[in-house]
Amino acid sequence: MIVAEQKPLEEINGLLGDKQRVLVVGCGTCVTVCFAGGEKESTILASALRMSSRMEGKPRQVSVCVVQRQCEWEYIDAIREPIEEADCVLSLGCGVGAQALAERYPNKIVIPGLNTSFMGLPVEQGIWAERCQACGNCLLALTGGVCPIARCSKQLLNGPCGGSVGGHCEVNPDIDCAWQLIYDRLKAQGRLEMLLEIQPPKDWRTSRDGGPRKIVREDLRLVDADEEPGSEPR
Amino acid sequence: MSEIGIQEMAAQGMQALRFEPEITVFTCMYCGYTALDTAGALKLAYPASLKVVRLPCAGKLDILYLLQAFEEGADGVMVVACPLGNCHHVQGNRRAKARLERARNLLEKIGIGGERVHMVLVSGGQGGTVAREAQLHVERVRALGRSPLRLREDGRLEARR
Repeated sequence: MIVAEQKPLEEINGLLGDKQRVLVVGCGTCVTVCFAGGEKESTILASALRMSSRMEGKPRQVSVCVVQRQCEWEYIDAIREPIEEADCVLSLGCGVGAQALAERYPNKIVIPGLNTSFMGLPVEQGIWAERCQACGNCLLALTGGVCPIARCSKQLLNGPCGGSVGGHCEVNPDIDCAWQLIYDRLKAQGRLEMLLEIQPPKDWRTSRDGGPRKIVREDLRLVDADEEPGSEPR
Repeated sequence: MSEIGIQEMAAQGMQALRFEPEITVFTCMYCGYTALDTAGALKLAYPASLKVVRLPCAGKLDILYLLQAFEEGADGVMVVACPLGNCHHVQGNRRAKARLERARNLLEKIGIGGERVHMVLVSGGQGGTVAREAQLHVERVRALGRSPLRLREDGRLEARR
């Protein structure tokens, strides 16, 4: 899932400036389960914003609206009315959700309330860790299911480096050495010979180096009746 | 000092004496509520300005409840729960404690002040302890004064008159 955390209250207050009617739009998917922008966090933030604005002597009207997924048109189309009534929209979705709102409601000022951090999982309650960097060419089959792109600080394909100490990374001892994890996993599986194969430099064009990415699935597209399937997507 | 000055001071003093903090108390229905009940059974008085909200467990305590208490006009909040290790739902009191810390942090940032929130961990028989802690918290909040949220708005209302 996408993991995010809320911006500090002072920063959000600063971004809102003198806006009077604020609509906090939460998201019911990834940021709900990482406790950053779901219904609970949205209502807590709204209460904090109302009180801090009252403390400053400029009370804001802060209301809350939570959609199931802020990154899909059909869900954000359903909240047109409260959005139109607000002076500005404070998105508690990830960067995708905030951009979706800004794109769908181009006349509205959309302010991000979250910092989108990474794609990861809750390793235990209250702790999230990065697991994927969306490089666009998954190599987990080569590395025993441990991603060296997301989990090795140096993104090495032929690790470990000399900074692996007792299973920890030299960049930060709190980080497990991904290549130690890979070695341990492959050893336990009796597949250590896989590490003898030297991996060539990675083609990063499938990652961000190729520019913003897009996936087109012709079998899923809704084409107009007079449009030929396979024509250039809009 | 002029006579008017003294009169003003006396009026302020009377005002301070009159200030009875509004304290919202969130309590679990086990040790916390029983302790408050025990205080009553022992005929131990605690301030009447305490408004008790009974929760099925301190684990039901939400940061939003704490914030909304202040938003709705409380001067202070007290949370009463079972002693650590004795929660009837195992971890409810620990969860409440962690949430209370985050609420304190938020209240500091808002400018209301985290010290207005107090947590008391008691067993059901500790009526005397809970009554004493309630009295102490009322005095703590009385010393801090009315919630700055109310103070500002009361001040503005006064100015408009």
